[in-house]
Amino acid sequence: MRDSSAERPSPRRRTRLVPMAGFSLLALLLAACGGDATRTPQNALNPAGRYAQEPHDLITIVLIIAAVVFVLVHFLIIYSVVKYRQRKDDDGSLPVQIHGNTRLEIFWTIIPALILAGIAVPTVQMIFSQMDEPDDAFVVEVIGHRWWFEYYYPEHDIYTANEMAIPVGRPVRLQMTASDPARDPAQGVIHSFWVPRLAGKQDLIPGQMTYLNMLADEPGRYYGQCAEYCGLSHANMRIRVEALDDAAFDAWLEAQQAPAEVPADELAARGRELFGDLGERQACAACHQVWEGDGGRTPGTGPDLTHLMSREEFAGAIHDMTPENLREWLRDPNSMKSMQYEVNGIGMPDLDLTDEELDALVAYLLTLE
Amino acid sequence: MAAGAHETSLGIDHRKLGMWTFLGSEFLFFGAFLATFLLYVQTTAGGPGVEIFDIPFTSISSFVLLMSSLTMVLAHNAHTQGDLRRMRMWILATAGQGAVFLGGQVFEFNVFVREGLTFGTSPFATSFYVLTGFHGAHVFIGILLLLTLYTFSLTGKVKPNQPLKTEMIGLYWHFVDIVWVVLFTVVYLIPELTVLD
Amino acid sequence: MSSTTATRPGRYQRPNPREGFISWITTTDHKRIGLMYFWTVLVFFFFGGVQSALIRTQLAQAEQSVLTEEIYNQVFTMHGITMVFLVVMPFAAAFFNYLIPLMIGARDVAFPRLNAFSYWVFLFAGIFLYSSFLLGGAPNGSWVGYAPLSTDAVSNMGFYAIGINALGISSLAASINFIVTILNMRAPGMTFMRMPVFIWMALVTSFLLLFAVPIISTALFMLMFDGVYGGQFFEPATGGDPILYQHLFWLFGHPEVYIMILPTMGIISETLPVFSRKPLFGYAAVVFAGAAIGFIGFGVWAHHMFTSAMGPVARSAFALATMFIAVPTGIKIFNWVFTMWGGKLRFTTSMLFSIGFVSMFTIGGLSGVTHAIVPHNAQQHDTYYVVAHFHYVLFGGALFGLIAGVYFWFPKVTGRLMNETLGKWHFWTWLLGFNLTFGPMHMSGLLGQPRRTAVLPAELGPTVELYNLLSGVGLIILFGSALVFLYNLLASTKKGELAGEDPWDARTLEWLTTSPPKAHNWDKIPTVTHRDEFWHRKYAEDEAGRPVAVPAGAAEDVGDPRGDNAEALDEHIHMPDASYWPFVMVLGLVPLMYGLNFASAPLIAIGLLWAIIGMYGWIIEPLAEGDDDDPLDAPNPSATTGAVTY
Repeated sequence: MRDSSAERPSPRRRTRLVPMAGFSLLALLLAACGGDATRTPQNALNPAGRYAQEPHDLITIVLIIAAVVFVLVHFLIIYSVVKYRQRKDDDGSLPVQIHGNTRLEIFWTIIPALILAGIAVPTVQMIFSQMDEPDDAFVVEVIGHRWWFEYYYPEHDIYTANEMAIPVGRPVRLQMTASDPARDPAQGVIHSFWVPRLAGKQDLIPGQMTYLNMLADEPGRYYGQCAEYCGLSHANMRIRVEALDDAAFDAWLEAQQAPAEVPADELAARGRELFGDLGERQACAACHQVWEGDGGRTPGTGPDLTHLMSREEFAGAIHDMTPENLREWLRDPNSMKSMQYEVNGIGMPDLDLTDEELDALVAYLLTLE
Repeated sequence: MAAGAHETSLGIDHRKLGMWTFLGSEFLFFGAFLATFLLYVQTTAGGPGVEIFDIPFTSISSFVLLMSSLTMVLAHNAHTQGDLRRMRMWILATAGQGAVFLGGQVFEFNVFVREGLTFGTSPFATSFYVLTGFHGAHVFIGILLLLTLYTFSLTGKVKPNQPLKTEMIGLYWHFVDIVWVVLFTVVYLIPELTVLD
Repeated sequence: MSSTTATRPGRYQRPNPREGFISWITTTDHKRIGLMYFWTVLVFFFFGGVQSALIRTQLAQAEQSVLTEEIYNQVFTMHGITMVFLVVMPFAAAFFNYLIPLMIGARDVAFPRLNAFSYWVFLFAGIFLYSSFLLGGAPNGSWVGYAPLSTDAVSNMGFYAIGINALGISSLAASINFIVTILNMRAPGMTFMRMPVFIWMALVTSFLLLFAVPIISTALFMLMFDGVYGGQFFEPATGGDPILYQHLFWLFGHPEVYIMILPTMGIISETLPVFSRKPLFGYAAVVFAGAAIGFIGFGVWAHHMFTSAMGPVARSAFALATMFIAVPTGIKIFNWVFTMWGGKLRFTTSMLFSIGFVSMFTIGGLSGVTHAIVPHNAQQHDTYYVVAHFHYVLFGGALFGLIAGVYFWFPKVTGRLMNETLGKWHFWTWLLGFNLTFGPMHMSGLLGQPRRTAVLPAELGPTVELYNLLSGVGLIILFGSALVFLYNLLASTKKGELAGEDPWDARTLEWLTTSPPKAHNWDKIPTVTHRDEFWHRKYAEDEAGRPVAVPAGAAEDVGDPRGDNAEALDEHIHMPDASYWPFVMVLGLVPLMYGLNFASAPLIAIGLLWAIIGMYGWIIEPLAEGDDDDPLDAPNPSATTGAVTY
């Protein structure tokens, strides 16, 4: 007999596989820590309104079922490994050759199918309930640009960027699309609007309209960012949602609807002049709107700056709104955020501004309360 | 099996089985492009749409291509009987009809471009040119194969007792024809009847 | 017979070169092609690993920029492309090439030259993709290449569209080859239900490729036409629909997931029975579950698009289909576990990796089910939770199983055993490193970290930062582990313990022949009378189902293929000749690919012409004796269960 098992070199050492299961459980152990809202503000496990809460409750049930299945499978694996390992005093005989067990196999086909069917029912119900348009929704239009989000409040004719104010306790219906530059779908790419504590994500598609419902139960600042890869500065396309109570929200709406004031300060006035005319170079006003009350508001290629200083961050909400940051941004925008203006016109151009021009422009921007 | 040289598990020659498998894949290739065309059949972006098609003209070239399947069958038939001379005649006829079809397509494309339907005019234009263009490329490859078969039957590379070689090329040729039957119906005829009314 | 062809020009004459560079360039031997796949995959795996190291370095700390966004985006895109198309898929192809003929009792694949063609296309397409780094930057539109981002010239996705399409040609040719080989070249007596599960999975995988590749091919052509030639397929300005690309991509992309995992499932279904010393539990169920997975796999694609533009009805339908496909996957897991149940388990490195596969794949499968919960999918989608999921499936799943296969078949390929001590070091560090790298990603994703971001935002918080750091540490362990593996591979090839023909007391046909197998695999094609044929030649079962050794010599009536009758048979065994034409033809692909990418008509023309000339060389190449379908040329019929030189 050319291959009796005693001569075979393979069974050298028996290894207990118990530690392996330990490593498999690592992921679950890690899951135990880290649910603190202040330490993790973009946390999908810490919902703050029904559109995030309902899916969270459903997935909790599913995760528990999954954990049970995980434990069951690993119990079977570990039990087999311990019980049926080839022992030191092995007599070299072979185990009974079982080829299968139809009844058992039907059992583990039907049981998972039933469990899944059980999960499927609430899933399908929730798909519909989450996507239904709420009755009294507050509508905000969202336009995804490379690489910032523009918001338009159609009832109030307000344009703003990156930071969105919403009323607390009232469902918000986002009507979303994508385009580059503003309002021209020719160069739009797909983005995704995601503020985990308020709702799951929804893609923004150039040339099409998609919708997302959000609701914040409590006032506060909610964090999010673009979740569909959209090119160079995808990581720098962040979202802030400020949920305001009724009084604060009304005040915000009123402030945003007001036109920008023409500055009295000499330096700022000079800045306003430069904003509209930089000679040979492209003027700021070619892309950015500062609405001073003449005619209707029209969106520009870049963010609306009428009430720039009402926002805490700029450049896709990656930089704090400080005079130093603004000055650096105007001086050398690509050092603050990667953009492609020279290649395909996306982003902020480097305008070669002089120190004097920088001072004036920053002074002007600081007046846009 | 063609000549009894190989025992195969299914009793089909490897090459024939391989060709069938390949053609199964090709169906999905054309299917995906066809589905895309249907999606865009009305997306003309202000440019010309299906009304640009000249149904009588394309019907004639389609008929020629369809007839080439007949001559292909006759060529295979002749080869099965070991008659290489007759096989060559039918092969040439098949290739000629394919060339007529291809010429018709080139002419048709030229007319369309002159009438303003360029490659980048609209999704309709792009999907039309890519779909029918890939079919044309398949016809072109088919003609190359037929001419190769013709030449090799002269040099003795293809022998009278090897009808499998003609059969293989025939399989491919019939496939290309069937695809055109579908394309002609779905791309030209049905939109003409439905979209324009 | 050989005298009639000896003087014909245009090909190498027997005996084929067995040594040196030329012998590898011209080889049509499925075993050598399999080995070339394997070593090429290791090189690409190294590149993909370096890219992952760069990614982890960048994300080790919040708001840091070791790499610029531009480079980072290229790196993660190439990491995905490399691991999917240049590592996992061709890794499986290496196994298919080497093992399919051996396991079904054939001498080679059906079309040996086409097989070489597949490999060369794979190699040159891979080189083409990597050459992009030197030609203005690598693709940076992510491995899914969504339009319209990928039609923008700055995305460099022309390389992607053309390179992956070329890889598709390679896969398509290989799949046709394997389908015909498996359907048509099984040894006498090997019915479908006697085929090893690995062969079944190879067959299902090949059919998946056959039907999925043309679809990605259309999508990539559209991407290329839009990006390079002004087409309007996905151009929103003229009414093009970007979502169409996603549908086409995932209509390929989801079967692709099974294309990557089914070969591994096949490998596990071979190793677990051998090291448990029991047959596979529920052979038929495993086979049909595999086929079912392949079939249903074409109906779940849109679950990758739950957050794109889809209505609630479509979302529901694809949620149900996705849950449905979990059932056959679950069947397989239980069948594998119960294969171990009641056996006598030998914990070789191969067995450890196999068990590791079952465990890790279970985690990946369960997190996959959570994706089907559409309302919450909107939270998981495009976050690190998804990254964790598919690494548990493709790394913890596919790669663990493929490595199990390497340890398992290494003695057959080289005649030597891999070092088991090093192997165990490899396994435990691999398992630890893998879980440390990808386990925390589940959490960082749910805590709000999106994938494909060049910067880890500081506002995600210190917890997420810690998870990312842990991932980085895990990757360092994986690198160390990979070095152990590489050393073990190289050292064992030279100095490993001699293995003999059947070191594992294995079950399937390939262990019946010598290690390494002769060029012609068998002196005499074995006749198959059982599933697990080799096992049944060694053991019979008594009434209680207990195996008893068959007395030596009892198997002689079905023929000992190792050479008992070698003198009588050898001179009649015809093997396909070496050929340089596949290589020559593929060289034409190089100018063609660059020409398409840079819209250069002369390059395209040169490439096409070259390829056509190569093809004619291929066709005209004198056929070896017995390869033609001319009965006048047919040699001794007893020796012709071989391959056609096509």
